[in-house]
Amino acid sequence: MVSKVEKPKLIREDGLRHDGRRPDELRSIKMQVGVLKNANGSALVEYGRTRVLAAVYGPREPQPKHISLPYRAILRCRYHMAPFSTHERKSPAPTRREIELSKVIREALEPIVISEMFPRASIDIFIEVLNADGGTRTTSITAASLALADAGIPMRDLVAGVAVGKVDGVIVIDIDEVEDMYGEADMPVAAAPSLGKITLLQLNGVLTPSEFKEALDLAMKGIQEIYKIQKEVLKTKYLEVKVEE
Amino acid sequence: MSITPSSDYIIPKLKAETIISLIKKGVRASGRGLEDFRELEVVTNYIPNADGSAFVKLGNTQVVVGVKLELGTPYPDTPNEGAIVVSAEFVPTASPLFEPGPPDENAIELARVIDRSLREIKAIDLSKLVLIPGKRVWVVWIDIYVLDHDGNLIDASSIATLAALLTAKVPKAEVEGEEIKVSKGEYTGPLPVNRKVVTVTIGKIYDIMLIDPDIEEETVLDTKLVIAVSDDGRIAGLQKSGMGALSKDEVMRMTELAMKKGKELIEKIEKSIKVAVPEVGAEEVAEEEKAIEIAEEESENVEKDVGVSEKHRENNK
Repeated sequence: MVSKVEKPKLIREDGLRHDGRRPDELRSIKMQVGVLKNANGSALVEYGRTRVLAAVYGPREPQPKHISLPYRAILRCRYHMAPFSTHERKSPAPTRREIELSKVIREALEPIVISEMFPRASIDIFIEVLNADGGTRTTSITAASLALADAGIPMRDLVAGVAVGKVDGVIVIDIDEVEDMYGEADMPVAAAPSLGKITLLQLNGVLTPSEFKEALDLAMKGIQEIYKIQKEVLKTKYLEVKVEE
Repeated sequence: MSITPSSDYIIPKLKAETIISLIKKGVRASGRGLEDFRELEVVTNYIPNADGSAFVKLGNTQVVVGVKLELGTPYPDTPNEGAIVVSAEFVPTASPLFEPGPPDENAIELARVIDRSLREIKAIDLSKLVLIPGKRVWVVWIDIYVLDHDGNLIDASSIATLAALLTAKVPKAEVEGEEIKVSKGEYTGPLPVNRKVVTVTIGKIYDIMLIDPDIEEETVLDTKLVIAVSDDGRIAGLQKSGMGALSKDEVMRMTELAMKKGKELIEKIEKSIKVAVPEVGAEEVAEEEKAIEIAEEESENVEKDVGVSEKHRENNK
């Protein structure tokens, strides 16, 4: 965590944000798939300085076997922050925050995985936050969704996530750690754009109903942009496969 | 690690189909309307040893919240504020599915959702809970105890939390240099509560929204959205909970409905507290009521508002 001294100015005189972005501007987003040799699918996603690795194993035999379901595959999901990912070293033991986030991320992915195709199996999603600079859960969902696709798991759509927020009274997209810490509201959203479905929605902070609508609209716009990049990255990978053959 | 639940509450398929077909017709198996809460019972000062407490029975869901104030050190980034800690226990008395042991992801989620609903809106005035700035402050421990599970644990817990906070008192403490003497059983005044916040959980099945789902309804829902509503009509927190998804339009409808129901719920809780503890600020209550009477006489707008809310109440019957 950044040491909390004085609240910095989050919106500058010229209307831009503390890092020079416009309120509706995403950070620089980078994505790679197939970055791990052993996992069935993997992805590395960066939103600015936030960097997240996701790996998918499965469908495979669940461990232990009795947790399986007869009519569908179960999803197992772990969101975890590496000890070096934060300013002060984070103990690798799971925190209450990580336990909650593992749950909401799993619930954000459940609606898009066609789990009925693999009864009694387990699809395991392991997310490692390598460097945290705000928006780690939404970056994680974008990465996990890519890793699932990379593993060849049948899906109804991809999910992309982004956190919107309110800082110094302005609704902004893709908030970073400073904006999260000193801002008035942080609202992570994830959606499956082609299905038109929101699969994760949280709000930490206070918004009026009209601010909420503005924030949700802004999030959906950003998700569309991220979704485009996701599809591009997956397509590029298969183009490369073709060339190799 | 979070795993797709394999031991959820199970109801017969026939029953599930009946519940769904009834909901489609706009009624519920219990006879409630889609936008009705179950019967609510609030008992404050339920735990004599706590500094504030409430027992809440929402239908057959039973929750106790105990609030205790203890001396502690402030967080380094907020040296001039007290602290709040929210924990939830799903006690094994509450359900055959609850096992003894550390809180699971559902209990942790519940506690964190309630915590967030209070924190950013500054529901408790933490600046008034400082004894020695930077060194000694009151820590408000909010412990949520789920005793019996018949669905909608989050709202029942939120109601109990609000009722417990509104009746909590700050223990008497004397500061002598670096030493603090706490007098047991003596209080300096009520816990400073700035804002009243309550969560409203709305379940969704097909395109139908329903308030306060019971445990059987929860098994058939696509998903739920928990909306924290403040007494000044703002959204103080959100959490989509459950495996399904929501369209943007559905989210907007849900938040709109929650704002309306949340306001009613806060009023209901306030009323039940006034009945339960008439000795706490009885004069202020009388004055407030007088003030309302005067306002009603003076302003037509207020009369209109009252008319609208009565209409809502009738609709909900």
